[in-house]
Amino acid sequence: MTKKIEAIIREEKLEDVKSALHEIGIVGMNVFEICGHGRQGGITLAGRTGTYQVDMLPKMQLNIVLSDHNVEKTIATIREAASTGEPGDGIVFVYPVEDVIRIRTGERGREALHYEGDIDTR
Amino acid sequence: MIDSGDTTWILVSSALVLVMTPALAFFYGGMVRKKNILSTLNLSFVMMCLISVQWLLCGYSLAFGSDVGGGLLGGLEFLGLQGVGAEPLEGMTIPYMLFAAFQMMFAIITPALITGAFVERVRFKTFLVFSLLWATLIYDPVCHWVWGPGGILGPDGLGALDFAGGTVVHMTAGFSALAFALAIGPRKGFGSQSFEPANIPYSVLGAGLLWMGWFGFNGGSALAANGTAVQALFTTNTAAAAAGLVWMILSWTDNKPSVLGIVTGAVVGLVAITPGAGFVTPLGALAIGALVAPISYYAIKFIKGRNLVDESLDVFACHGLGGLWGALATGLFAASSVGGVDGLFYGNPGQFLAQLWAALLAIGVSFGVTFVLAKVLNATMGLRVSDNEEQVGLDVSEHAERAYA
Repeated sequence: MTKKIEAIIREEKLEDVKSALHEIGIVGMNVFEICGHGRQGGITLAGRTGTYQVDMLPKMQLNIVLSDHNVEKTIATIREAASTGEPGDGIVFVYPVEDVIRIRTGERGREALHYEGDIDTR
Repeated sequence: MIDSGDTTWILVSSALVLVMTPALAFFYGGMVRKKNILSTLNLSFVMMCLISVQWLLCGYSLAFGSDVGGGLLGGLEFLGLQGVGAEPLEGMTIPYMLFAAFQMMFAIITPALITGAFVERVRFKTFLVFSLLWATLIYDPVCHWVWGPGGILGPDGLGALDFAGGTVVHMTAGFSALAFALAIGPRKGFGSQSFEPANIPYSVLGAGLLWMGWFGFNGGSALAANGTAVQALFTTNTAAAAAGLVWMILSWTDNKPSVLGIVTGAVVGLVAITPGAGFVTPLGALAIGALVAPISYYAIKFIKGRNLVDESLDVFACHGLGGLWGALATGLFAASSVGGVDGLFYGNPGQFLAQLWAALLAIGVSFGVTFVLAKVLNATMGLRVSDNEEQVGLDVSEHAERAYA
């Protein structure tokens, strides 16, 4: 009933993705600076002379927890905002969430996810 | 007679040359991995502490004391800087102690230049002993040969020109760096991993400050605030500019115009003009700067491309070969209208040969003595940290500190 979306995107796409998610009512998220690579491998940088390969590329990871029925809409929004059509656009993982507890109130489950104007209240 | 204008300029130049050592620390510090930044900065910085003391106690006397041994070494009369006071030496217009102070800054930066060869793996304790011995066994004697009274390579001997230290500073450091790199061996992962520079902005900052400091290094080497100082300042600026531009073009043809490449080019231009700064015309400096860039550039590509030796920050390619080119180019481009001596291009091939012989001697001694010294220290104290310490990084393993919390 509750899912966690873990989206790994280009670092330069963070602002676009954030504002697109805000429009559909995603108000809570965590953002991490990470590095790594997927199938596209590394990139070539200029050294003092010639070039060298870098395989750990900076990426942004967004963690969002929401109700089941909002997952597809959110994924579509992320894909639209994060895409350039080139390799390296990123990847989205979806996990089941066992429970959610809001520290201040002790609310659990979906209750704990409700914020004014949040996607789950629409 | 003391001239206050000359004295002021050499006081300022001394400060400018001192700043080149922390500038070099940043130039090098930016090019290592994050876990070795502090260690690398310190290898240069601590030379200001160590060599200042060595210079006062014995270095100055060994370099500039009255000649003993037929031009090979200075005498011991200035141990502890005794007898070096406010009175100028005959023929000079600055206090003798100021000359000793100005020269001290050169003695400090030279062993700091070598550190680029063994960053990210050198044992700090061994490095301190090495630097002290290197300053005493190589720098002070070679300085005496070139600039000391009665030295075998200077005006009383072979007559080789070295305006501000192409031979004394850059060639000794560059070829010693190669010898040390061979003795200590490569960093773990050399040839299989790419060592990405952790902070190129540091290197840009360091190179900029080096460029500025070099006005004191070369301009101050006139030992007066006069036309020769201005000549040296102008040729210095020109060579740095030309070499930076040519390096930019070379790296552009290989990929993109690398910023680290542009600033490296400027530094090798500064290296190359050092011996000839007060002897060549600005157009001569333009040629010297433009031609040093491909020498160092392709040397790095050749060495790194074949993984021949992990001379980690290219000290040999930049200072050894850049210094050698500068010394030889001084014998080509020197013009008597500038500094009173003609080179090959002005009809004096003898000067070129003098430059060549002096360079070969300095190279042989620097490389040979450093290699033996490093091998002896390796057998007695160990040159390298352990594999584990190297993997953790020298900031934590050698200094118990982190560059960034």
